[in-house]
Amino acid sequence: MPCKFCKLKPVITLPNSKINLCKSCFTRYFEKKVLRTIKQFSLIGKKDHVVVAVSGGKDSLSCLYFLNKLANKRMEIKISALLIDEGISGYRNKTMIDAEKFCKENNIPFHIASFKKEIGLTLDEITKKLPNTIPCSVCGVFRRYLLNKYSRKLKATKLATGHNLDDESQSILMNQIRNNTALSARLGPLTGVKRDPRFIPRIKPFYLLTEKETATYAFLKGFDIEFNECPYNTVSFRFEIRDLLNNLELKYPGTKHGIVNSFLEILPLFKERYKNMEINSCKECKEPTSSKICTACFLLKKLK
Amino acid sequence: MPIVTLIKEDVTKQVEASTLKEVYEKLKINPTIVICTKNNELIIESTKLSPKDEIKIIPVISGG
Ligand code: SF4
Ligand SMILES: [Zn+2]
Ligand SMILES: [Zn+2]
Repeated sequence: MPCKFCKLKPVITLPNSKINLCKSCFTRYFEKKVLRTIKQFSLIGKKDHVVVAVSGGKDSLSCLYFLNKLANKRMEIKISALLIDEGISGYRNKTMIDAEKFCKENNIPFHIASFKKEIGLTLDEITKKLPNTIPCSVCGVFRRYLLNKYSRKLKATKLATGHNLDDESQSILMNQIRNNTALSARLGPLTGVKRDPRFIPRIKPFYLLTEKETATYAFLKGFDIEFNECPYNTVSFRFEIRDLLNNLELKYPGTKHGIVNSFLEILPLFKERYKNMEINSCKECKEPTSSKICTACFLLKKLK
Repeated sequence: MPIVTLIKEDVTKQVEASTLKEVYEKLKINPTIVICTKNNELIIESTKLSPKDEIKIIPVISGG
């Protein structure tokens, strides 16, 4: 079956609707949906300085590509890229080069913050010191910490990530299972429960697009989508949830959309519930936290 | 029989199939989390395959 609109050769069958689309019709569909997401959730306003968190992987590079294209059309938006180098040997090296190359070619300011330089240890070193901790949870804590700290330093008004519908449906389900509504309140296409100048609001322009759609877009834009797997990624709760959801999606198409859309309905209630939560300054590093000491400093203490 | 390369597993095999959908079924691959290329162009599940075709199946899951 050819493309539904122009009868050319299809590159994808859309999930749920089962419509076939060719290269240019799909690109149009994808970009329109991202623009609609940006508009619907007021992700980007005039004069925003958007720092895009890049890993060099397909999702973040596609996100950077798209936002840069948007910024070239709407001159008042400024784009920069920020890469966090966790220090995972044999993994980030290549993707880091891809990210830097892309930024150079497109005149996008490119910044790197590394675990080694900022916290004194690479993730490889941390996992050796904390053998009983799951690498992904440590990795996530420090990455979020550095992303916020650095984007604030770069005077960002928004921090964009390449998170898609698959990522979000996993996070929603994980928080449900762990009964962590405070964390759920921080999800959504525009994160943050209340405005605080110490927290740079995070935006997820690909929020309503599936991982398969994002990969298709990345492939059509010429980004390297060859499989590149983090050596630590087998041992996390998230990956179990991911596999579970993928199996459900196959059996019951629309599962992930259902989870995310129903979550969007109740998200305002979560935000309302936590809007008076106090935000303190960490006793050690002065970064914002809901406790006395932030999770990053708590982990650092364990490492000493 | 079409020749199928699985990027993640880094293996190549021959699969008796006349469409991509059949390849997915025979190899027990979940089509919602992969994309497939033939001559470096994307193809979809209903794409017919001929015995000499060489295709690549690439997982779309990001590696972390
Ligand atoms: S898979 Fe885990 S350890 Fe690897 S980069 Fe992602 S969060 Fe970090
Ligand atoms: Zn078309
Ligand atoms: Zn701290």
